[in-house]
Amino acid sequence: MLSSKASSNSHGQDSLYFLGWQVYEKNPFHEVENPSGIIQMGLAENQLSFDLVESWLRKNPDAMGLKNKDGESVFRDLALFQDYHGMPAFKNELVEYMAKIRGNKVKFDPNNLVLAAGATSANETLIFCLADPGDAILLPTPSYAGFDRDLKWRTGVEIVPIHCSSSNGFRISMFALEEAYERAQKLNLKVKGVLITNPSNPLGTTMTKDELQSLITFAIDKDIHLISDEVFSGTVFDSPCFISIMEAAMDSNLKRNTDVLSRIHIVYSLSKDLGLPGFRVGMIYSNNQTVVSAATKMSSFGLVSSQTQYLLSYMLANKKFTSNYMKRNQKRLKKRKEMLVSGLKKSGINCLKSNAGLFCWVDMRHLLCSNTFEAETDLWKKILCEVGLNISPGSSFHCSQPGWFRVCFANMNQSTLQVALRRIKDFVERSRFNYQQNMASLSRKLIGNWVRKLSSADSEEQER
Amino acid sequence: MGLLSRKATCNSHGQDSSYFLGWLEYEKNPYHHLHNPNGIIQMGLAENQLSFDLLETWLAKNPEAVGCKRDGQSIFRELALFQDYHGLSAFKKALVVFMAEIRGNKVSFDPNNIVLTAGATSANETLMFCLAEHGDAFLLPTPYYPGFDRDLKWRTGVEIVPIHCTSFNCFRITASAIEEAYQQAQKKNLTVKGILITNPSNPLGTTMTRPELNLLINFITEKQIHLISDEIYSGTVFNSPSFISIMEALKDMNMEKNNRVHIVYSLSKDLGLPGFRVGAIYSNDPTVVSAAVKMSSFGLVSSQTQFLLSVMLSDKKFRNHYIVKNQNRLLKRQRKLVSGLEKSGIRCLESNAGLFCWVDMRHLLSSDTFEAEMELWERIIYDVKLNISPGSSCHCNEPGWFRVCFANMSEDTLELAMQRLKSFVGSIKKHNHQESEKLRKESHIGQWIFRLSFQSFNEQDQR
Repeated sequence: MLSSKASSNSHGQDSLYFLGWQVYEKNPFHEVENPSGIIQMGLAENQLSFDLVESWLRKNPDAMGLKNKDGESVFRDLALFQDYHGMPAFKNELVEYMAKIRGNKVKFDPNNLVLAAGATSANETLIFCLADPGDAILLPTPSYAGFDRDLKWRTGVEIVPIHCSSSNGFRISMFALEEAYERAQKLNLKVKGVLITNPSNPLGTTMTKDELQSLITFAIDKDIHLISDEVFSGTVFDSPCFISIMEAAMDSNLKRNTDVLSRIHIVYSLSKDLGLPGFRVGMIYSNNQTVVSAATKMSSFGLVSSQTQYLLSYMLANKKFTSNYMKRNQKRLKKRKEMLVSGLKKSGINCLKSNAGLFCWVDMRHLLCSNTFEAETDLWKKILCEVGLNISPGSSFHCSQPGWFRVCFANMNQSTLQVALRRIKDFVERSRFNYQQNMASLSRKLIGNWVRKLSSADSEEQER
Repeated sequence: MGLLSRKATCNSHGQDSSYFLGWLEYEKNPYHHLHNPNGIIQMGLAENQLSFDLLETWLAKNPEAVGCKRDGQSIFRELALFQDYHGLSAFKKALVVFMAEIRGNKVSFDPNNIVLTAGATSANETLMFCLAEHGDAFLLPTPYYPGFDRDLKWRTGVEIVPIHCTSFNCFRITASAIEEAYQQAQKKNLTVKGILITNPSNPLGTTMTRPELNLLINFITEKQIHLISDEIYSGTVFNSPSFISIMEALKDMNMEKNNRVHIVYSLSKDLGLPGFRVGAIYSNDPTVVSAAVKMSSFGLVSSQTQFLLSVMLSDKKFRNHYIVKNQNRLLKRQRKLVSGLEKSGIRCLESNAGLFCWVDMRHLLSSDTFEAEMELWERIIYDVKLNISPGSSCHCNEPGWFRVCFANMSEDTLELAMQRLKSFVGSIKKHNHQESEKLRKESHIGQWIFRLSFQSFNEQDQR
């Protein structure tokens, strides 16, 4: 007999988001070995700038070789280093890097940073710190499918969605926020906080200062927390520039409320910006000392390998590298996104206007045979199995409107993206052709019926 | 200010225990043979620092392993992207071979049944989440690793009910002790979901006997509950009797495929790599493996580290060489501690594994109480300047036992620690002798006065 967590499906991994991956894994595209396989467009990874990292590694072999600047081995120290406060040198570099991403408009204190094994671990840990089982967190939809597992599974916390819609570009409105809060109350759930992802996954948009400040005001008003998952902050490739929750909180009006900073917490990771998901580097930033203290102890359950902390502290210490990387990475992301957007446009498909992230939020409502989630799932299946593209349906992000899909663009090379775009174009044309054929046959049918009616009326007249 | 969770605001993380407080004191005044020779010597940290040279030699000969290269080609990209919670296949294969070799190849493991986690800390907590609900209980023989109060209970809400073991039979687990613990749990209305043992034991440093293992297997079969065997010290068995894994005991009972027995392992103790965060769960139950694999998302092992260790552990020559040499060094060092303590009239529980000894200081207590144990512990920290772990922090139910680590320092440092202890014991003896002399004299004088007065009384009477 196992626990209910082990035997139920509350891990949320039965969603289409994960099922698509499984189908992809059985038949993965390869330019040479499997050119008709499924192209993975459901994985928000950044593969565009490895060459920059690899070039740095070649010039700095001691970072991986576990040697210090004097060429002495630091292996022994690293092998023993399991302090859950994290490597000071690494945290110092991280806070500087985080500040740089935010245009140095905010400054971070390394003592307020808690390392975790990826943002997955950081998010779960924060929920354990801020909420008890049965409490609720408000989450704007559409939101990252993994949150169902990360925020709810082992914590026992509920998610209550804040419904956003295409009518205003999926922005969070005060109305939607209040409505979600009331819904939670009706369900007898105690709301402990709001979690936003900024830049948004899956939208690829950044929040405005007004939106952020409304959220902060709401949090103060309801006496709750505000978690800002900023894992995509380094992927902002276009204007408007990124405004962190910290920057918004620094506003003089809000600052008057002295405890505002103690209810705001940031989650960050190196998985998206630096493209290093395998290294499991995540973190929580908070000005709330109780949270930092508890989260630090909890990080025992998911510490970052000291070998990895060392490599990355060495890398991030090189300011020339980080500046160069940020600039070039953002340029490449912009170019690649534009390729996807224009390619889709040629097929008559529009995307939500975006300035960040590793994906686009794509409007395929016009391709649905009906305005329903069943139709969305049918379309998703067709695109997965017939077109051979694993894209993520909006329903798996809890989007309240059918027909939207998240399509990733940074986890493949250019030629693969071109293949994908061609396949979509063919599919859309086929669909149009089929539609025209269907319309033609329907017309013929209608005309045939009319003719038959006419001729039977004639014969009736003849009989008279 | 919005309230935080109960978990964040209470102290159920268990880190207020003396086990951790001792570390804090040590950190304020750490011994260094040059910079701080009067500082506190850390003897409360179960780390293996004796065989780094073997690892470093191997690393020097195999630069590709740290360099993320395979056959001269960089695989950095592949590793940077590798976040599959099923773990690096080559690493799991090498790990199960290593685990089997530690067990004298008497059992073999299937890499598909292994789940990688960020250290045994993560593995143990994950297993609790998989096997028990909030409010359920696990039985644990005492004394046990103080960290379990945090790892097994804190975020899971699971309770620990102790199986009391005593020095009467060298802290072995008895049928009556297990039954009694089970009854205790029932009385408290707790549903017992399983038993967790640490074999080799922390803090005892002993390996379990076959009768003990069979007793446990029979008990869990009868009660239909789980058995978790935390075998993270399995590679530190340096003396006979040889290590019998729970898997071997099951095999000998023809219960090899039993799906209620699970093993926890880690490379932190055997290979001395706690910083690299490499732990594992092994289970024959596919549902447990499946759930644990998904939960491992919350604590995956860095792919960079998986790769390095997959190359290292795939090296058969290195494995054999390391296991044997490491064990020899541990044996030698343990003997040094034991004989050093003997010279101070202090005995240890006879042990054949681990990175520590379970030391009997009952005779140094001013009274057979935990208060006296705390007093002694404080004196040892502040006056003798040794951070050793008091038995109460390990939930031992007899005062006077301490866990003393021997593998996390140089030989010279250990010698110094022994000298300090010798002086301390000497001074206690002297003090006790002086006290008893004082008492004796006082009582002697008292008697003399009494006799005198009696005589004079008699004399008075007679006059």
